[in-house]
Amino acid sequence: MKKSLMMAGFLAATTAAAQEKPVLTVYTYDSFVSEWGPGPQVETAFEAECGCDLRFVAAGDGAALLSRVLLEGESTEADVVLGLDTNLTATAAASGLFAEHGQAATEFDLPVDWVDPHFLPYDWGYFAFVYDRTKVADAPTDFEALAASDLTIVIQDPRSSTPGLGLLLWVKAAYGDRAGEIWSALADNIVTVTPGWSEAYGMFLEGEADLVLSYTTSPAYHLIAEGDDTKAAAAFSEGNYLQVEVAGKLAGSDQGELADRFLAFMVTDAFQSVIPETNWMYPAVTPEAGLPTGFETLVIPEKALLVPAADAAALRDTALSEWQTALSR
Amino acid sequence: MADRAQPLSLPLRVGAGAAAALVLALTLGTLGAVLLRAGGASALGAADWAALRFTLTQAFVSAALSVLLAIPVARALARRRFPGRGILITLLGAPFILPVIVAVMGILTIFGRSGLVNDGLAALGFGRISIYGFHGVVLAHVFFNLPLAVRLLLQGWLAIPAERFRLSAALGFRPGDIARHLERPMLRALLPGIFVTIFLICLTSFAVALTLGGGPKATTIELAIYQAFRFDFDLGRAATLAAMQLLLCAIAAGTAMRFSLPSGFGAGLDRPVARWDAGAATLILQDAAVLTLGAAFLLAPLAAIALAGLPQLAGLPAPVWHAALRSLGVALGSTAFALALALPLALAVAQRRRADLLESLGMLPLATSSLILGTGLFLLLRPIASPGDLALPVTALVNATMALPFILRALIPAARDAHEGYGRLADSLGLAGVARLRLLTLPRLRRPLGFAAGLTAALSMGDLGVIALFADGERATLPLQLYRLMGAYRMADAAGAAVLLLALSLGLFWIFDRGGRADADA
Amino acid sequence: MLTLDTITVRQDDFRLSADLSVAQGSHVALIGPSGAGKSTLLSVIAGFFPPASGRVLWQGQDITGAAPGTRPLSILFQDQNLFPHLTAAENVGLGLRPDLRLAAGEHEAVSRALTRTGLAGMENRKPAALSGGQQSRVALARVLLRSRPLMLLDEPFAALGPALKAEMLDLVAEIAEETRATVLMVSHDPGDALRFAPDTIVVADGIAHPPQPTGALLDNPPPALAAYLDVTPPSGR
Repeated sequence: MKKSLMMAGFLAATTAAAQEKPVLTVYTYDSFVSEWGPGPQVETAFEAECGCDLRFVAAGDGAALLSRVLLEGESTEADVVLGLDTNLTATAAASGLFAEHGQAATEFDLPVDWVDPHFLPYDWGYFAFVYDRTKVADAPTDFEALAASDLTIVIQDPRSSTPGLGLLLWVKAAYGDRAGEIWSALADNIVTVTPGWSEAYGMFLEGEADLVLSYTTSPAYHLIAEGDDTKAAAAFSEGNYLQVEVAGKLAGSDQGELADRFLAFMVTDAFQSVIPETNWMYPAVTPEAGLPTGFETLVIPEKALLVPAADAAALRDTALSEWQTALSR
Repeated sequence: MADRAQPLSLPLRVGAGAAAALVLALTLGTLGAVLLRAGGASALGAADWAALRFTLTQAFVSAALSVLLAIPVARALARRRFPGRGILITLLGAPFILPVIVAVMGILTIFGRSGLVNDGLAALGFGRISIYGFHGVVLAHVFFNLPLAVRLLLQGWLAIPAERFRLSAALGFRPGDIARHLERPMLRALLPGIFVTIFLICLTSFAVALTLGGGPKATTIELAIYQAFRFDFDLGRAATLAAMQLLLCAIAAGTAMRFSLPSGFGAGLDRPVARWDAGAATLILQDAAVLTLGAAFLLAPLAAIALAGLPQLAGLPAPVWHAALRSLGVALGSTAFALALALPLALAVAQRRRADLLESLGMLPLATSSLILGTGLFLLLRPIASPGDLALPVTALVNATMALPFILRALIPAARDAHEGYGRLADSLGLAGVARLRLLTLPRLRRPLGFAAGLTAALSMGDLGVIALFADGERATLPLQLYRLMGAYRMADAAGAAVLLLALSLGLFWIFDRGGRADADA
Repeated sequence: MLTLDTITVRQDDFRLSADLSVAQGSHVALIGPSGAGKSTLLSVIAGFFPPASGRVLWQGQDITGAAPGTRPLSILFQDQNLFPHLTAAENVGLGLRPDLRLAAGEHEAVSRALTRTGLAGMENRKPAALSGGQQSRVALARVLLRSRPLMLLDEPFAALGPALKAEMLDLVAEIAEETRATVLMVSHDPGDALRFAPDTIVVADGIAHPPQPTGALLDNPPPALAAYLDVTPPSGR
């Protein structure tokens, strides 16, 4: 068994080497490449036009992805990194590992203006508290209402989860110096804090909490894939925080031209039309055919909050200690 | 009886040396690689010390409770024969080998806010209880580790030769006397090691502690390592915390060795154990109650997992089945690796007169942060080969190393008994090398070997291990696929995958464990 | 000839010295108070316990550092002489080839040895299914088959009844006769010693004395032995 596993490893290595087509290596997060993510369709579509071999390498989630690239440094095999968000891009850019994307200006369908020399967005979504309409009659309309209510929530830890970090910055962006106070008020609503999104969402579906931190697009999955219209997301009056997922090319890439072609491909319909029903996020550029039926039912917050990438790194340490202090009591 | 300390044979020295070197490379070596990359250690902050305090407290309480509760359960299983006992023993092992996320979901179905227990309490007019908090962490850790403690203790009970029970019966020993003369020395020999093993498992806990701990108060060192690694991108602090975790392991293991005394039962003639001491009605009732409660506590969450997932099993998408096959391969590879590592180590340890460094070395993987191990291994292997190509063999090897402490717990006492009981006879007959392995070691170690192989296979099956850094997306294992299903909102499919995982893990465990017990010598 | 050349044994505060020879083919009893070091002396000869100083010689050849299994001897312990997971035939077969890869002729030799010790037909029984006497016979069949020139008996028959023990000692004598073995036997029973061993080594007060004729020794025991035998020395006091 041991032998055959080793053999499998070597065989995989040799077949990869035997192919003569140029190989574009894209590092991304795990759920992107899974059978249920956008990866397989994106790979087929891009390979059909590039005459190359598109190879996805998966590394945990967005933060793990960046850790890996930083760990590998200049010797990284990655040509493109896809799956960072605005909380990570400042660190990524500061590493000097990323080249400017150099793409022509694109008309993005984002609630905010996008200006970033290194990174291009491919999808986005609003963080939101998701609930079951049949169980929660009066969904809260802001954090203070939520804190004042008896409703229970399950959230993610900002130290180990992307949505957790999003929530941290959400409260900070909305309340500034009052953030600690809001967290203290929320403390008795929080059932628990999970390491990742999956645990939290699973616990919510099991009925452990009334609301869960997720995305405004989450109800679309239940509606489209399961025909279940009971799930809804709450829009908050102070605004909902944005997550913008981006990609960038590595300065040390030996497939610079292919990498450019991939980034250009990323904002075309062939890529963008895959996003809504695999990543369950909004595409960065709405495809010509529009969004899938069902997305029109989603709540759209009136205000989009986003801490600029450059400020996020500085803000999050303060925000984290406020969060820890408030919830450790 | 004076006994010459025989020098270890050359193959044994080479085997044990290689195993020890590999363990060192994977634990201290990977840590060193990370430290080197970080350019040195970093200072720890107040939050880190708070994490240390919480980690130690919860690990101590969890381990103490697991061990204390395991004693009556193991004793009841040791002295009772009833239909379904074998299946019960196998099933009781299940929580230990479940992926954390699956087990937590199972626990919540029973003990959660809208779980069975709370619904029952509410129906009876009592208030609901919350599982979240320190007690929740402990409850979950006991759920995970009680089965391990029971199994290891049960091995201890079964290792008391039938002759000793016969002698006790002849001397008219009552249960209290048996406890004093037979059970207490056995427990004295085994408990420190088992306690430390569980203590260390709980020490590196992260997902359980956080999910059920209710918030950042329940920050463990492992979570602090995560934070340093991926929130602060501070490799140095991550490595410093990991080093602290290893140091704790060394202290704990050293302390346990000091308290552990050999039981000194000597060898018997492998007669089937008959128990003449357990016939009293009160004892039968007591054991029945203990077994019922223990089984209910451990099996109810499993039943919840099975009920949720069984209907989904048939409709699972093909990639899940492929992943299952891949995981089976990894599990079997891990098992082969693990036994090849553990056997020479156990035999070498058994031939020494006192527990020593080698035995403590076997405990190191327990206290190794899987994040640091994965990262260090990644740094070490990357110059040699593409990590993606090595994903499966590396996973098998790491899982094998991670299972080593449990295997050694099971093998060393048996190896010691075999050595003490029959080492001189074998020496006097010139029984050496492969022949000794085949005719003395393997037959005498058959039960613990079967148990160890089953445990490794099952653990490896359910462990996400270090694959995250090595995975290339196309070679996902079943646990990874399960997480992916959850990440893609497919909770129902995930429940089905969980049942598949549970069934495969238990199946592997059962087959190996059974193999170790079949044809037990009369 | 077996020679213990200025052997000293030390273990914690226990001391034993021996400087003696045993003639080839002789049957010698080791007698002495409990704890005097009789078993330890056999352990030194068999290679289980290294002497602090001195040499063990067989036919003039130094075997002090040899591994137990390579020494020209067979030893029977007080217990654990058989592996409980192996059959009688396998336990005996180990005496021929420790890896048990026996040729057809060797299987026959095993059967013959078992038959010789009165165990015909019990080849496939495991020790737990044999009586105490039968277990002793299996161990003796192996000694017979190994046919080593020196036989060390560390009270292997202590648990047997007097008649059975006498029977076993007769069997030992026969086997020793057939294999021309030199026999050293630890004994607590002067009767056994008298009947089986013309010479006796007294182990007492930290010294293993050279062999002396058993009859004379028992008639006129030195004080330490007398106390152990619970007789008043004839010289009186």
